[in-house]
Amino acid sequence: MKYDPGLYDYWPYENRPKITWPGGKKVAFWVAPNIEFYELDPPANPQRKSWPRPHPDIVPYSYRDHGNRVGHWRLMEMMDEFGVRGSISLSVAMCQHHPEIIEACAARNWEFFSHGIYNTRYIYGMDRAQEESILLDSIKTVEATTGQRIRGYLAPALTHTEDTIDLLAENGFWYSCDLFQDDQPQPLKTKNGNKLVSMPYSLEVNDHYAFNVYGQSARQYADLLKRQFDTLLEEGADSGTVMCIPLHAYLIGRAHRIGPFRDVLDYITSHKDDVWVTTASEIAEFYMNNCYDEALANIAAAQTPAREAS
Amino acid sequence: MSLPEDYLKYPHRSHGMDHTLYPWSNLMDRKPVKWPDDKSVALWITVALEYFPLTPNDGPFRAPGHMVTPYPDYRTFTTRDYGNRIGVFRIMKVLQKLDLKASAPMSVEAAKRYPALLEAVQKCDWEIIGHGMDMNHIHYGGMDADVEEKQIVDCLDDLEALTGRKPQGWLSPARSESENTLALLAKHGVEYVCDWVNDDMPYPMTTEGGPLAAMPHTMELEDRQLMVTLGQNEETYEEQILAAFDLLRQEAKTTGGRILHLSLTPYVIGQPFRIHILKSVLSKLVESGDIWSATGGKILEVWKQQS
Repeated sequence: MKYDPGLYDYWPYENRPKITWPGGKKVAFWVAPNIEFYELDPPANPQRKSWPRPHPDIVPYSYRDHGNRVGHWRLMEMMDEFGVRGSISLSVAMCQHHPEIIEACAARNWEFFSHGIYNTRYIYGMDRAQEESILLDSIKTVEATTGQRIRGYLAPALTHTEDTIDLLAENGFWYSCDLFQDDQPQPLKTKNGNKLVSMPYSLEVNDHYAFNVYGQSARQYADLLKRQFDTLLEEGADSGTVMCIPLHAYLIGRAHRIGPFRDVLDYITSHKDDVWVTTASEIAEFYMNNCYDEALANIAAAQTPAREAS
Repeated sequence: MSLPEDYLKYPHRSHGMDHTLYPWSNLMDRKPVKWPDDKSVALWITVALEYFPLTPNDGPFRAPGHMVTPYPDYRTFTTRDYGNRIGVFRIMKVLQKLDLKASAPMSVEAAKRYPALLEAVQKCDWEIIGHGMDMNHIHYGGMDADVEEKQIVDCLDDLEALTGRKPQGWLSPARSESENTLALLAKHGVEYVCDWVNDDMPYPMTTEGGPLAAMPHTMELEDRQLMVTLGQNEETYEEQILAAFDLLRQEAKTTGGRILHLSLTPYVIGQPFRIHILKSVLSKLVESGDIWSATGGKILEVWKQQS
């Protein structure tokens, strides 16, 4: 085990090279609906239990199933209204279980990235080949269903190994949503030297945290998202920022929540001159082509020897 | 280190669900339902009348709301008892004034011990739903099927003997089911189950014991979930119920009648400092002129006629 993940160098939020998003925009805005399938009776992972109660633990299972029956359609319709394309964090087995949802998203030219096979199959304890097989399965499955080559990853249920980031770089991925150290994209260190972008995907503004960890109401969450945007917009004048709203249809798509969320999309997309409404892979591609090398040089220059406390 | 090969095999990876209890279905694509008098939203109120013994049962887990401290947990026991003595009567008063119906999931033990409460419930014409013997009698995966069947049959028989009516609906204590619960409920004539939280409308289930309907008895706007578990205040509780009503009403215009389910817990909403918000929110719903108040059994009946 490592004392430090070693995936990036410390890089303070000042004196960084300026990012200017396409069209001179200040904030790159993307929305990440997690479209997930949770199994009722998954095999046991030695390091993490799927459900708290004995099988069949129907309450947490059916709570999540609500998204695929009800919530998804409400969220998708609302995003259509504001011209926001989703970047989907996808349990790729959804391509088999509910292709109707995948087809509806593909028809809207939404982006798909991998969130594992099922959100009840954790990566903990896998060897390198097993973990790589999850990535290869994801690439193949989404390509066969939609024709789209996936470029991003968010580990299923945020379960990682020390190999995860390198495996992404080795398999043609452009970005990872797994790390939460920043509000701007940045290069990750990879063994094979391939470019890989750490994409901001904030846990703190994730609807799961808002509703089920912090106990906020739909209105409080909507206000929080607007404040998040206001700050990132202000800072984006100095150097472009990224705002992601990670969502779950089984949470945001409930009858009492989708209305207040509408105000958020309305508010953010009304800042037309300043906001680049986009997808994660478009941000990653732009960043790799225009900002990556300069960032690497700036990070290298920012490194100074650690001080001794003596 | 590696995981067993089976961990990367996916035997249920095919169209639909990973079980046979119900097929996948998109709510927005279903045949629209029409409620009586063309109301947009059926208001379904449930009031939980539970009995928590002072001696909690931990096999295999303790029901939410159960005793917390070492024995004897007088503080929790009496707080729950407050609901059945005081809180529920405040709720009744509010509902009666607004002429609103309700369904009450009731522990057999509460029905037996408190004849006056049972009488009051019947006087309000609330529908009684099976809710197990008490909050110690949990249904759980791996339990003996004969034991479970006896638990269910005893509960249904006792409620029928006490009230003169066999319960149409069922809410498992702690919403917990075994792999046999649904089949046993269907086998013994229960028409609808309230444990599943994956839909906003009823939907049919298939079990080895026969057909059954899942009713949308959600946790989303439950007083206990919002104001106790999540620590929200009364105004926030009301605001979210009204937001849900607005959305459902809107949706009803294009995709058919909807259900607004409110789960009330007498020891939560029945507190003197909270009861005003129930009065306030229900009055607003009634004033909209766009709700149909009914019991779960009645809502199911109207839904069944059209699907």
